[in-house]
Amino acid sequence: MLRRKLARHGFAIFATVLLGGFLSATLVRFAPGFDVDESELDPHLNSASIQALRDSRTRQNDIVHFYVQSLRRALNGDLGRSLSLGQPVTTLLRERIPLTFRLVGVALVLSWAAVLGIALTGTWLRLPAYDGLGTVLSGTLLCIPAAVLALLSVLWNVPGTLAIALIIFPRDYRYTRNLLARAYAQPHVLAARAKGLNEVRILFWHVVPVAAPQLLAVAGVSVSLAIGAAIPVEALCGLAGVGQLAWQAALGRDLPLLMNITLLMTLVTLLANSGADVAGSMLRGESA
Amino acid sequence: MSFWRKLAAFVLVAALAFSLAANWLAPGGYAKQYREATDASPSRQHWLGTDEIGRDRFARVLYGTRISLLLAPAAALLSTLVAALVGGLAGYLGGMWARAAMTVTDLFLSLPWLFLLITIRALMPLNVSPLVSVLVTFLLLGMLGWTSAARVLCATSSSLRNSDFVRQARASGIRGARLFWIHVLPNLKPVLYAQFWISIPAFILSEANLGILGLGVAEPLPSWGSLLKELEGLVSVGEEPWKFVPLFLLVIVVTSFQLVLSNSDEVAA
Repeated sequence: MLRRKLARHGFAIFATVLLGGFLSATLVRFAPGFDVDESELDPHLNSASIQALRDSRTRQNDIVHFYVQSLRRALNGDLGRSLSLGQPVTTLLRERIPLTFRLVGVALVLSWAAVLGIALTGTWLRLPAYDGLGTVLSGTLLCIPAAVLALLSVLWNVPGTLAIALIIFPRDYRYTRNLLARAYAQPHVLAARAKGLNEVRILFWHVVPVAAPQLLAVAGVSVSLAIGAAIPVEALCGLAGVGQLAWQAALGRDLPLLMNITLLMTLVTLLANSGADVAGSMLRGESA
Repeated sequence: MSFWRKLAAFVLVAALAFSLAANWLAPGGYAKQYREATDASPSRQHWLGTDEIGRDRFARVLYGTRISLLLAPAAALLSTLVAALVGGLAGYLGGMWARAAMTVTDLFLSLPWLFLLITIRALMPLNVSPLVSVLVTFLLLGMLGWTSAARVLCATSSSLRNSDFVRQARASGIRGARLFWIHVLPNLKPVLYAQFWISIPAFILSEANLGILGLGVAEPLPSWGSLLKELEGLVSVGEEPWKFVPLFLLVIVVTSFQLVLSNSDEVAA
């Protein structure tokens, strides 16, 4: 059962990345300015050389040919060359991925610690004022653009991880709070409380098994949110990660680089969501 | 209607009214330069001071509010229409159509929203006139922001397809576009309204993010995004607090939308 689920997820990820790659290759191919090549302006080139350059580009006009070639090169570890930075895309990604993963990872841990801390204490205390405070905090953060939080983190000299954590906190908090509140309202939890079980035992024996699959799904989505939040934070805080690279590629219209980052982001997001889904079904299987 | 929702609705109407009255409240316009008073502090002539090239910040806030408050709903309308068309029709037709539409939707949803925006924005020319940049920015929001709404609409439309009254209408001989138009679409209206209102604050925030990253509305046209870009030059928060007015206004407006929406969320759920 689990093996079949894993195979289905694997196939879905593979198909989505292939389809996504084809779509981004198509968009890149038809983006205005794709055909323009500044090297043609080189005064040292004669008309035959210019014609040769044009002929080599004509082959790229066939979108399927263009995509198959890009795919073949990618399978050999060659993701092409960045137009704006003049370096191989593989090198750029290899240099920047660790920082982004570290930022996103720490931010996720911080954010989830705050989310679970506030949501759980709110459910235990059952004080409307405390619950209201959490709602106001998450509501206010939700109304501030991610890029402004990034700018404020620079002004206040706060680490980028905290800015990312603050960006994803309100999105996760709303769902988590509601999930936990619903789980605590279940009749078997009320019965456990009535029998005098302590809160820790109620949490781990009666609430977590009910809420965990959905919490894992929210956690999977929060990975995607954190990666999205990394773009403004890295761009505005001067952190040399993949988010900053994506922003530079967008500003410089470095389409090959952007296409590869798109595929990488799609892959990471899909892996996170599928991982959460598989883990959720495993938990459901155990609790059933 | 609770007190807070009434207050929020009042704030939204007031913000819109003030932005529409920008021509009278700030007759100098958003692009006029006061070269003798560049980067000036607030004064009687310039209530919020001037920016680094001497443009009146109050006028720019008013005109920027107008652009964000008028075009975000336009983009929300576009995205809701696309969602209704893709999600509503896919759910109504079912089978292969629903699977194909949901595959495309999943593909869009598999990318972080801000990343998708900057990627598609980068594929379009960046060096364009301010008016074109406004259109491109909000069209992009409208054309990309339909995916999550389409999922909800597909599920709703799919459940409607199998409902008793639609079966009865089908048995009475009503088919195709007429069945969709007369019996399915009116029942999607509550979800469509909710999606429309939910999209507005989301698009306002997205435009602000794009503007700060330099991929939004081009100068000299103001928008909340381009006005917030000014915060990049600040050294400390307390130094020039009047520069935070656009942020304050944005937070107030988005909060007001969230408060007004609290009922629409329940409808969507």
